[in-house]
Amino acid sequence: MKKQISKHEYQRLVDEKAPGSHYVKNLFAAFITGGAICSVGQIVMLVFKNFGADKETTASATSIIMIFIGAFLTGINIYDEIGKFGGAGASVPITGFSNSIVSPAMEFKKEGHVMGVGAKMFLIAGPVLVYGIFASVVAGLVYFIWKQVM
Amino acid sequence: MAKRLGSQTIILDKQPVILSGAGIVGKKEGDGPLSRYFDDVVDDEYAGEKTFEAAESRILRDTFIKALEKSGKSSTDINIILSGDLLNQCTAASYAFRDVDTPYLGLFGACSTMSESLAIASMLIDGGSVDYAVCAASSHFCSAERQFRYPLEFGSQRTPTSQWTVTGAGAVILGKEGQGPKITCITPGKIIDEGIKDSNNMGAAMSPAAYDTIRSHLIDTGRSVDDFDMILTGDLGSFGSTMLRDLLNRSNIDLKNKHKDCGMIIFDLEKQGVGCGGSGCGCSAVVLSTYILNLFMQGAIKRLLFIATGALLSPTRIQQGETIPGIAHAVLIEA
Repeated sequence: MKKQISKHEYQRLVDEKAPGSHYVKNLFAAFITGGAICSVGQIVMLVFKNFGADKETTASATSIIMIFIGAFLTGINIYDEIGKFGGAGASVPITGFSNSIVSPAMEFKKEGHVMGVGAKMFLIAGPVLVYGIFASVVAGLVYFIWKQVM
Repeated sequence: MAKRLGSQTIILDKQPVILSGAGIVGKKEGDGPLSRYFDDVVDDEYAGEKTFEAAESRILRDTFIKALEKSGKSSTDINIILSGDLLNQCTAASYAFRDVDTPYLGLFGACSTMSESLAIASMLIDGGSVDYAVCAASSHFCSAERQFRYPLEFGSQRTPTSQWTVTGAGAVILGKEGQGPKITCITPGKIIDEGIKDSNNMGAAMSPAAYDTIRSHLIDTGRSVDDFDMILTGDLGSFGSTMLRDLLNRSNIDLKNKHKDCGMIIFDLEKQGVGCGGSGCGCSAVVLSTYILNLFMQGAIKRLLFIATGALLSPTRIQQGETIPGIAHAVLIEA
Protein backbone atom coordinates (compact mmCIF):
# COMPACT_ATOMS: atom_id res chain seq x y z
CA MET A 1 0.00 0.00 0.00
CA LYS A 2 1.38 3.39 -0.90
CA LYS A 3 1.09 4.50 2.61
CA GLN A 4 -1.13 7.31 3.75
CA ILE A 5 -1.01 5.77 7.20
CA SER A 6 1.51 3.62 9.08
CA LYS A 7 0.78 0.12 10.40
CA HIS A 8 0.94 1.40 13.93
CA GLU A 9 -1.34 4.32 13.21
CA TYR A 10 -3.84 2.05 11.46
CA GLN A 11 -4.05 -0.24 14.48
CA ARG A 12 -4.50 2.73 16.76
CA LEU A 13 -7.29 4.00 14.51
CA VAL A 14 -8.99 0.58 14.53
CA ASP A 15 -8.82 0.41 18.32
CA GLU A 16 -10.24 3.90 18.54
CA LYS A 17 -13.10 3.39 16.11
CA ALA A 18 -14.08 -0.24 16.77
CA PRO A 19 -17.49 -0.59 18.37
CA GLY A 20 -17.01 -1.61 22.01
CA SER A 21 -18.93 -4.05 24.17
CA HIS A 22 -21.91 -2.82 26.18
CA TYR A 23 -20.23 -3.26 29.54
CA VAL A 24 -23.18 -2.29 31.72
CA LYS A 25 -25.59 -4.55 29.84
CA ASN A 26 -23.10 -7.44 29.75
CA LEU A 27 -22.22 -7.14 33.43
CA PHE A 28 -25.87 -7.08 34.38
CA ALA A 29 -26.65 -10.13 32.19
CA ALA A 30 -23.66 -12.01 33.62
CA PHE A 31 -24.73 -11.14 37.18
CA ILE A 32 -28.30 -12.33 36.62
CA THR A 33 -27.29 -15.52 34.78
CA GLY A 34 -24.45 -16.50 37.10
CA GLY A 35 -26.61 -15.63 40.11
CA ALA A 36 -29.52 -17.73 38.83
CA ILE A 37 -27.29 -20.77 38.18
CA CYS A 38 -25.71 -20.50 41.64
CA SER A 39 -29.15 -20.10 43.24
CA VAL A 40 -30.24 -23.37 41.65
CA GLY A 41 -27.05 -24.95 43.02
CA GLN A 42 -27.83 -23.54 46.45
CA ILE A 43 -31.36 -24.99 46.36
CA VAL A 44 -30.02 -28.43 45.40
CA MET A 45 -27.51 -28.19 48.24
CA LEU A 46 -30.17 -27.26 50.79
CA VAL A 47 -32.38 -30.13 49.67
CA PHE A 48 -29.52 -32.61 50.26
CA LYS A 49 -28.72 -31.04 53.62
CA ASN A 50 -32.38 -31.27 54.57
CA PHE A 51 -32.34 -34.99 53.90
CA GLY A 52 -29.44 -35.24 56.33
CA ALA A 53 -26.55 -35.78 53.92
CA ASP A 54 -23.11 -34.96 55.34
CA LYS A 55 -21.04 -32.03 54.06
CA GLU A 56 -18.91 -34.03 51.63
CA THR A 57 -21.83 -35.96 50.11
CA THR A 58 -23.81 -32.74 49.72
CA ALA A 59 -20.96 -31.01 47.88
CA SER A 60 -20.35 -33.94 45.50
CA ALA A 61 -24.03 -34.54 44.81
CA THR A 62 -24.62 -30.84 44.09
CA SER A 63 -21.71 -30.74 41.64
CA ILE A 64 -22.93 -33.88 39.89
CA ILE A 65 -26.46 -32.53 39.53
CA MET A 66 -25.26 -29.13 38.25
CA ILE A 67 -22.99 -30.84 35.72
CA PHE A 68 -25.94 -32.91 34.58
CA ILE A 69 -28.13 -29.82 34.20
CA GLY A 70 -25.42 -28.11 32.10
CA ALA A 71 -25.00 -31.18 29.89
CA PHE A 72 -28.75 -31.64 29.54
CA LEU A 73 -29.37 -28.00 28.56
CA THR A 74 -26.52 -28.27 26.04
CA GLY A 75 -28.03 -31.42 24.57
CA ILE A 76 -31.40 -29.79 24.00
CA ASN A 77 -29.78 -26.72 22.35
CA ILE A 78 -30.53 -24.27 25.17
CA TYR A 79 -27.20 -23.64 26.89
CA ASP A 80 -25.70 -21.81 23.90
CA GLU A 81 -28.55 -19.29 24.15
CA ILE A 82 -27.92 -18.90 27.90
CA GLY A 83 -24.22 -18.36 27.10
CA LYS A 84 -25.01 -15.83 24.41
CA PHE A 85 -27.03 -13.83 26.93
CA GLY A 86 -25.07 -14.38 30.12
CA GLY A 87 -21.47 -14.49 28.88
CA ALA A 88 -19.09 -15.21 31.74
CA GLY A 89 -22.10 -15.63 34.04
CA ALA A 90 -22.89 -18.80 32.11
CA SER A 91 -19.35 -20.04 31.44
CA VAL A 92 -17.76 -19.65 34.89
CA PRO A 93 -20.13 -21.87 36.95
CA ILE A 94 -19.69 -25.65 36.69
CA THR A 95 -22.62 -25.85 34.23
CA GLY A 96 -20.47 -23.87 31.76
CA PHE A 97 -17.62 -26.34 32.20
CA SER A 98 -20.06 -29.11 31.42
CA ASN A 99 -21.24 -27.20 28.33
CA SER A 100 -17.64 -26.81 27.14
CA ILE A 101 -17.19 -30.61 27.14
CA VAL A 102 -20.59 -31.70 25.87
CA SER A 103 -20.76 -29.20 22.98
CA PRO A 104 -17.61 -30.45 21.17
CA ALA A 105 -18.63 -34.04 21.90
CA MET A 106 -21.92 -33.38 20.09
CA GLU A 107 -20.29 -31.39 17.30
CA PHE A 108 -17.57 -33.90 16.43
CA LYS A 109 -19.71 -37.05 16.63
CA LYS A 110 -19.79 -36.99 12.81
CA GLU A 111 -16.04 -37.68 12.73
CA GLY A 112 -16.50 -40.92 14.69
CA HIS A 113 -16.25 -41.98 18.32
CA VAL A 114 -12.46 -42.16 18.49
CA MET A 115 -11.04 -39.34 16.33
CA GLY A 116 -14.22 -37.25 16.67
CA VAL A 117 -15.78 -37.42 20.15
CA GLY A 118 -12.71 -38.93 21.83
CA ALA A 119 -10.11 -36.61 20.40
CA LYS A 120 -12.13 -33.39 20.32
CA MET A 121 -14.15 -33.65 23.55
CA PHE A 122 -11.64 -31.65 25.60
CA LEU A 123 -10.96 -29.10 22.87
CA ILE A 124 -12.14 -26.22 25.05
CA ALA A 125 -11.98 -27.74 28.53
CA GLY A 126 -8.53 -29.29 27.94
CA PRO A 127 -6.47 -26.20 28.83
CA VAL A 128 -8.69 -25.60 31.89
CA LEU A 129 -8.05 -29.16 33.07
CA VAL A 130 -4.30 -29.06 32.37
CA TYR A 131 -3.69 -25.81 34.21
CA GLY A 132 -6.33 -26.51 36.86
CA ILE A 133 -4.65 -29.80 37.79
CA PHE A 134 -1.21 -28.20 37.55
CA ALA A 135 -2.30 -25.39 39.88
CA SER A 136 -3.73 -27.88 42.37
CA VAL A 137 -0.46 -29.84 42.38
CA VAL A 138 1.51 -26.63 43.02
CA ALA A 139 -0.91 -25.62 45.79
CA GLY A 140 -0.63 -29.11 47.29
CA LEU A 141 3.17 -28.94 47.29
CA VAL A 142 3.17 -25.51 48.90
CA TYR A 143 0.73 -26.77 51.52
CA PHE A 144 2.87 -29.90 52.13
CA ILE A 145 6.10 -27.90 52.55
CA TRP A 146 4.35 -25.37 54.76
CA LYS A 147 3.15 -28.21 57.03
CA GLN A 148 6.67 -29.67 57.23
CA VAL A 149 8.25 -26.35 58.11
CA MET A 150 5.67 -25.16 60.61
CA MET B 1 -5.97 -9.84 -26.53
CA ALA B 2 -6.18 -8.18 -23.17
CA LYS B 3 -3.79 -5.40 -22.34
CA ARG B 4 -2.23 -4.25 -19.14
CA LEU B 5 -2.98 -0.81 -17.89
CA GLY B 6 -0.93 0.86 -15.21
CA SER B 7 0.56 -1.28 -12.50
CA GLN B 8 -2.17 -3.82 -11.84
CA THR B 9 -5.15 -3.45 -14.13
CA ILE B 10 -6.05 -5.59 -17.15
CA ILE B 11 -8.42 -4.35 -19.85
CA LEU B 12 -10.24 -7.23 -21.52
CA ASP B 13 -10.63 -7.28 -25.23
CA LYS B 14 -13.28 -9.96 -25.73
CA GLN B 15 -15.34 -8.85 -22.71
CA PRO B 16 -16.96 -12.04 -21.35
CA VAL B 17 -20.71 -11.95 -20.78
CA ILE B 18 -22.49 -12.95 -17.58
CA LEU B 19 -25.19 -15.15 -19.11
CA SER B 20 -26.94 -16.02 -15.88
CA GLY B 21 -26.55 -16.22 -12.14
CA ALA B 22 -28.12 -18.16 -9.31
CA GLY B 23 -27.99 -18.03 -5.55
CA ILE B 24 -29.28 -20.40 -2.89
CA VAL B 25 -29.13 -19.46 0.79
CA GLY B 26 -29.95 -20.68 4.27
CA LYS B 27 -32.88 -19.69 6.46
CA LYS B 28 -31.36 -16.65 8.18
CA GLU B 29 -30.36 -15.13 4.82
CA GLY B 30 -33.82 -16.00 3.51
CA ASP B 31 -35.28 -13.93 6.36
CA GLY B 32 -33.10 -10.98 5.36
CA PRO B 33 -33.86 -7.97 3.15
CA LEU B 34 -32.81 -9.68 -0.13
CA SER B 35 -35.04 -12.74 0.30
CA ARG B 36 -37.10 -12.23 -2.86
CA TYR B 37 -34.02 -12.29 -5.10
CA PHE B 38 -32.76 -15.73 -4.08
CA ASP B 39 -33.50 -18.77 -6.22
CA ASP B 40 -34.11 -20.97 -3.21
CA VAL B 41 -33.98 -20.82 0.57
CA VAL B 42 -32.91 -24.00 2.36
CA ASP B 43 -34.55 -24.08 5.79
CA ASP B 44 -32.73 -27.22 6.96
CA GLU B 45 -29.15 -26.39 7.96
CA TYR B 46 -28.15 -29.90 6.87
CA ALA B 47 -29.87 -29.42 3.47
CA GLY B 48 -30.97 -33.06 3.67
CA GLU B 49 -27.38 -34.29 4.13
CA LYS B 50 -25.69 -35.84 7.16
CA THR B 51 -23.00 -33.23 7.82
CA PHE B 52 -22.61 -29.47 7.44
CA GLU B 53 -19.75 -29.94 4.96
CA ALA B 54 -21.96 -32.15 2.79
CA ALA B 55 -24.76 -29.60 3.13
CA GLU B 56 -22.50 -26.84 1.82
CA SER B 57 -21.47 -29.00 -1.16
CA ARG B 58 -25.11 -29.79 -1.83
CA ILE B 59 -26.10 -26.11 -1.82
CA LEU B 60 -23.16 -25.26 -4.11
CA ARG B 61 -24.00 -28.03 -6.59
CA ASP B 62 -27.69 -27.10 -6.63
CA THR B 63 -26.73 -23.47 -7.26
CA PHE B 64 -24.50 -24.54 -10.16
CA ILE B 65 -27.34 -26.57 -11.68
CA LYS B 66 -29.77 -23.66 -11.24
CA ALA B 67 -27.38 -21.21 -12.91
CA LEU B 68 -26.90 -23.63 -15.82
CA GLU B 69 -30.66 -24.00 -16.24
CA LYS B 70 -31.14 -20.25 -16.34
CA SER B 71 -28.39 -19.81 -18.94
CA GLY B 72 -29.91 -22.41 -21.27
CA LYS B 73 -26.54 -24.18 -21.45
CA SER B 74 -25.83 -27.79 -20.57
CA SER B 75 -22.90 -28.99 -18.49
CA THR B 76 -21.19 -30.24 -21.66
CA ASP B 77 -21.06 -26.65 -22.97
CA ILE B 78 -19.04 -25.59 -19.95
CA ASN B 79 -15.28 -25.80 -20.45
CA ILE B 80 -14.26 -25.11 -16.88
CA ILE B 81 -15.55 -24.63 -13.36
CA LEU B 82 -13.72 -22.17 -11.11
CA SER B 83 -14.89 -22.47 -7.56
CA GLY B 84 -13.80 -22.33 -3.95
CA ASP B 85 -14.89 -21.98 -0.36
CA LEU B 86 -13.57 -21.38 3.15
CA LEU B 87 -13.00 -24.94 4.26
CA ASN B 88 -9.63 -26.67 4.40
CA GLN B 89 -8.73 -28.27 1.05
CA CYS B 90 -11.66 -26.40 -0.58
CA THR B 91 -13.80 -29.27 0.69
CA ALA B 92 -17.19 -27.88 -0.28
CA ALA B 93 -16.24 -27.23 -3.92
CA SER B 94 -14.26 -30.44 -4.46
CA TYR B 95 -17.14 -32.58 -3.23
CA ALA B 96 -19.78 -30.48 -4.95
CA PHE B 97 -18.25 -30.97 -8.39
CA ARG B 98 -16.84 -34.50 -8.11
CA ASP B 99 -19.84 -35.94 -9.97
CA VAL B 100 -19.92 -33.18 -12.56
CA ASP B 101 -18.19 -34.21 -15.77
CA THR B 102 -16.42 -30.87 -16.32
CA PRO B 103 -12.83 -29.71 -15.73
CA TYR B 104 -12.48 -27.97 -12.40
CA LEU B 105 -10.01 -25.54 -10.89
CA GLY B 106 -10.27 -25.12 -7.13
CA LEU B 107 -9.56 -21.64 -5.81
CA PHE B 108 -8.78 -20.30 -2.40
CA GLY B 109 -9.06 -16.57 -1.88
CA ALA B 110 -11.05 -16.70 1.36
CA CYS B 111 -14.05 -14.40 0.95
CA SER B 112 -12.55 -12.84 -2.19
CA THR B 113 -13.08 -16.12 -4.09
CA MET B 114 -15.98 -14.84 -6.21
CA SER B 115 -14.06 -11.96 -7.74
CA GLU B 116 -10.97 -14.16 -8.06
CA SER B 117 -12.93 -16.74 -10.05
CA LEU B 118 -14.53 -14.03 -12.21
CA ALA B 119 -11.12 -12.48 -12.89
CA ILE B 120 -9.49 -15.78 -13.89
CA ALA B 121 -12.44 -16.97 -15.97
CA SER B 122 -12.54 -13.61 -17.79
CA MET B 123 -8.87 -13.89 -18.70
CA LEU B 124 -9.34 -17.50 -19.87
CA ILE B 125 -12.25 -16.49 -22.10
CA ASP B 126 -10.43 -13.41 -23.32
CA GLY B 127 -7.41 -15.54 -24.20
CA GLY B 128 -9.65 -17.81 -26.26
CA SER B 129 -8.94 -21.02 -24.40
CA VAL B 130 -12.39 -21.21 -22.79
CA ASP B 131 -15.81 -20.49 -24.29
CA TYR B 132 -18.02 -20.95 -21.26
CA ALA B 133 -17.02 -21.01 -17.61
CA VAL B 134 -18.76 -21.34 -14.26
CA CYS B 135 -17.64 -19.07 -11.42
CA ALA B 136 -18.96 -20.09 -8.04
CA ALA B 137 -18.29 -19.80 -4.32
CA SER B 138 -19.95 -21.01 -1.15
CA SER B 139 -19.88 -20.81 2.61
CA HIS B 140 -21.92 -22.32 5.42
CA PHE B 141 -22.29 -20.82 8.88
CA CYS B 142 -22.07 -24.17 10.66
CA SER B 143 -19.12 -25.64 8.71
CA ALA B 144 -17.19 -22.37 9.11
CA GLU B 145 -17.96 -22.13 12.84
CA ARG B 146 -16.64 -25.61 13.54
CA GLN B 147 -13.47 -25.00 11.53
CA PHE B 148 -12.67 -21.47 12.68
CA ARG B 149 -14.48 -20.96 15.98
CA TYR B 150 -16.30 -23.03 18.58
CA PRO B 151 -18.77 -25.90 18.47
CA LEU B 152 -22.29 -24.64 17.73
CA GLU B 153 -23.71 -25.56 21.13
CA PHE B 154 -20.89 -23.88 23.07
CA GLY B 155 -22.32 -20.93 24.97
CA SER B 156 -20.23 -17.87 24.20
CA GLN B 157 -20.66 -14.21 23.34
CA ARG B 158 -19.50 -12.64 20.09
CA THR B 159 -17.42 -9.51 20.07
CA PRO B 160 -19.16 -6.48 18.53
CA THR B 161 -16.79 -6.39 15.52
CA SER B 162 -17.41 -10.03 14.60
CA GLN B 163 -19.36 -10.98 11.49
CA TRP B 164 -21.79 -13.74 10.63
CA THR B 165 -20.76 -16.33 8.01
CA VAL B 166 -23.40 -16.49 5.30
CA THR B 167 -24.89 -19.88 4.49
CA GLY B 168 -25.25 -19.88 0.76
CA ALA B 169 -23.71 -20.28 -2.65
CA GLY B 170 -23.64 -18.09 -5.71
CA ALA B 171 -22.76 -19.11 -9.25
CA VAL B 172 -22.62 -17.27 -12.56
CA ILE B 173 -22.18 -18.62 -16.07
CA LEU B 174 -19.65 -16.63 -18.05
CA GLY B 175 -19.58 -16.91 -21.83
CA LYS B 176 -17.66 -15.53 -24.79
CA GLU B 177 -20.91 -14.24 -26.29
CA GLY B 178 -24.56 -13.78 -25.42
CA GLN B 179 -26.91 -11.41 -23.63
CA GLY B 180 -26.03 -9.88 -20.30
CA PRO B 181 -23.65 -7.57 -18.48
CA LYS B 182 -20.02 -7.80 -19.54
CA ILE B 183 -16.79 -7.99 -17.61
CA THR B 184 -14.57 -5.35 -19.13
CA CYS B 185 -11.70 -4.84 -16.78
CA ILE B 186 -10.07 -6.50 -13.77
CA THR B 187 -7.66 -5.37 -11.09
CA PRO B 188 -6.17 -8.32 -9.18
CA GLY B 189 -5.27 -7.24 -5.67
CA LYS B 190 -2.06 -7.45 -3.68
CA ILE B 191 -1.84 -9.07 -0.28
CA ILE B 192 -2.02 -6.26 2.26
CA ASP B 193 -1.35 -6.85 5.94
CA GLU B 194 -1.72 -3.90 8.25
CA GLY B 195 -1.01 -5.88 11.39
CA ILE B 196 -4.51 -6.76 12.61
CA LYS B 197 -4.35 -9.80 14.92
CA ASP B 198 -7.96 -10.02 16.04
CA SER B 199 -9.71 -12.78 14.12
CA ASN B 200 -13.00 -11.32 15.36
CA ASN B 201 -12.31 -8.16 13.42
CA MET B 202 -12.01 -9.29 9.80
CA GLY B 203 -13.45 -6.02 8.52
CA ALA B 204 -10.44 -4.11 9.83
CA ALA B 205 -8.07 -6.76 8.42
CA MET B 206 -9.60 -6.54 4.92
CA SER B 207 -10.32 -2.85 4.48
CA PRO B 208 -6.67 -1.84 3.74
CA ALA B 209 -6.69 -4.42 0.90
CA ALA B 210 -9.98 -3.04 -0.46
CA TYR B 211 -8.55 0.46 -0.18
CA ASP B 212 -5.41 -0.51 -2.07
CA THR B 213 -7.27 -2.26 -4.91
CA ILE B 214 -9.86 0.49 -5.34
CA ARG B 215 -7.16 3.15 -5.34
CA SER B 216 -5.02 1.20 -7.83
CA HIS B 217 -8.00 0.66 -10.11
CA LEU B 218 -8.86 4.37 -10.12
CA ILE B 219 -5.24 5.40 -10.76
CA ASP B 220 -4.66 2.76 -13.48
CA THR B 221 -7.87 3.56 -15.37
CA GLY B 222 -7.92 7.29 -14.72
CA ARG B 223 -11.50 7.01 -13.52
CA SER B 224 -13.12 8.69 -10.54
CA VAL B 225 -15.81 7.47 -8.13
CA ASP B 226 -18.44 9.38 -10.16
CA ASP B 227 -17.83 7.09 -13.14
CA PHE B 228 -19.46 4.16 -11.34
CA ASP B 229 -23.08 3.50 -10.48
CA MET B 230 -22.00 1.37 -7.57
CA ILE B 231 -18.79 0.29 -5.85
CA LEU B 232 -19.64 -3.00 -4.20
CA THR B 233 -17.29 -4.54 -1.63
CA GLY B 234 -17.61 -8.15 -0.50
CA ASP B 235 -17.87 -8.48 3.23
CA LEU B 236 -16.18 -5.60 5.00
CA GLY B 237 -19.24 -5.23 7.21
CA SER B 238 -20.19 -1.97 8.87
CA PHE B 239 -16.91 -1.47 10.71
CA GLY B 240 -14.70 -2.47 7.77
CA SER B 241 -16.68 -0.09 5.56
CA THR B 242 -16.08 2.74 8.01
CA MET B 243 -12.36 1.99 7.91
CA LEU B 244 -12.38 1.83 4.09
CA ARG B 245 -14.01 5.26 3.85
CA ASP B 246 -11.53 6.63 6.34
CA LEU B 247 -8.52 5.26 4.42
CA LEU B 248 -9.86 6.51 1.07
CA ASN B 249 -10.60 9.95 2.53
CA ARG B 250 -6.94 10.20 3.49
CA SER B 251 -6.15 9.76 -0.24
CA ASN B 252 -8.79 12.34 -1.12
CA ILE B 253 -11.13 9.72 -2.56
CA ASP B 254 -14.73 10.18 -1.47
CA LEU B 255 -17.03 7.19 -2.05
CA LYS B 256 -20.08 9.45 -1.65
CA ASN B 257 -23.23 7.36 -1.83
CA LYS B 258 -21.78 4.89 -4.33
CA HIS B 259 -20.48 2.34 -1.87
CA LYS B 260 -22.42 -0.74 -0.84
CA ASP B 261 -21.16 -3.80 1.00
CA CYS B 262 -22.64 -7.27 0.38
CA GLY B 263 -22.20 -8.14 4.07
CA MET B 264 -24.33 -5.17 5.06
CA ILE B 265 -27.14 -5.62 2.56
CA ILE B 266 -27.68 -9.38 2.89
CA PHE B 267 -28.77 -9.05 6.55
CA ASP B 268 -30.73 -6.55 8.56
CA LEU B 269 -27.92 -5.52 10.91
CA GLU B 270 -30.29 -4.05 13.47
CA LYS B 271 -32.69 -6.94 13.76
CA GLN B 272 -30.82 -10.11 12.82
CA GLY B 273 -28.03 -10.09 15.43
CA VAL B 274 -25.16 -10.60 12.98
CA GLY B 275 -22.59 -8.23 14.49
CA CYS B 276 -21.07 -6.04 11.79
CA GLY B 277 -22.74 -7.98 8.97
CA GLY B 278 -22.41 -11.07 6.80
CA SER B 279 -19.15 -12.64 5.69
CA GLY B 280 -17.87 -15.75 3.91
CA CYS B 281 -17.28 -16.64 0.27
CA GLY B 282 -20.99 -17.18 -0.17
CA CYS B 283 -21.84 -13.64 0.94
CA SER B 284 -20.52 -11.69 -2.05
CA ALA B 285 -21.15 -14.61 -4.42
CA VAL B 286 -24.83 -14.85 -3.64
CA VAL B 287 -25.45 -11.08 -3.57
CA LEU B 288 -23.74 -10.63 -6.95
CA SER B 289 -25.40 -13.63 -8.59
CA THR B 290 -28.91 -12.64 -7.55
CA TYR B 291 -29.62 -9.09 -6.39
CA ILE B 292 -26.91 -7.33 -8.40
CA LEU B 293 -27.60 -9.19 -11.66
CA ASN B 294 -31.23 -8.29 -11.13
CA LEU B 295 -30.29 -4.60 -10.88
CA PHE B 296 -28.43 -4.95 -14.18
CA MET B 297 -31.44 -6.64 -15.81
CA GLN B 298 -33.70 -3.81 -14.68
CA GLY B 299 -31.22 -1.26 -15.97
CA ALA B 300 -30.88 0.26 -12.49
CA ILE B 301 -27.09 0.12 -12.71
CA LYS B 302 -24.83 0.18 -15.72
CA ARG B 303 -21.32 0.16 -14.36
CA LEU B 304 -20.35 -1.66 -11.19
CA LEU B 305 -16.97 -2.16 -9.58
CA PHE B 306 -17.20 -5.44 -7.69
CA ILE B 307 -14.48 -5.97 -5.08
CA ALA B 308 -14.84 -9.19 -3.08
CA THR B 309 -12.58 -8.96 -0.04
CA GLY B 310 -10.84 -11.81 1.74
CA ALA B 311 -9.09 -12.25 5.06
CA LEU B 312 -6.43 -14.86 4.30
CA LEU B 313 -6.58 -16.03 7.87
CA SER B 314 -4.81 -19.14 9.08
CA PRO B 315 -5.92 -20.25 12.56
CA THR B 316 -2.52 -21.91 13.00
CA ARG B 317 -0.56 -18.76 12.17
CA ILE B 318 -2.83 -16.63 14.36
CA GLN B 319 -2.10 -18.96 17.30
CA GLN B 320 1.58 -18.54 16.50
CA GLY B 321 1.15 -14.80 16.99
CA GLU B 322 0.91 -13.76 13.33
CA THR B 323 -1.31 -11.10 11.80
CA ILE B 324 -4.11 -11.42 9.22
CA PRO B 325 -3.24 -10.73 5.56
CA GLY B 326 -6.06 -9.24 3.52
CA ILE B 327 -6.81 -9.34 -0.19
CA ALA B 328 -9.30 -7.77 -2.58
CA HIS B 329 -9.76 -8.21 -6.32
CA ALA B 330 -11.75 -5.77 -8.43
CA VAL B 331 -13.89 -6.75 -11.40
CA LEU B 332 -15.58 -4.11 -13.52
CA ILE B 333 -19.00 -5.16 -14.77
CA GLU B 334 -20.75 -3.05 -17.39
CA ALA B 335 -24.19 -3.32 -18.98
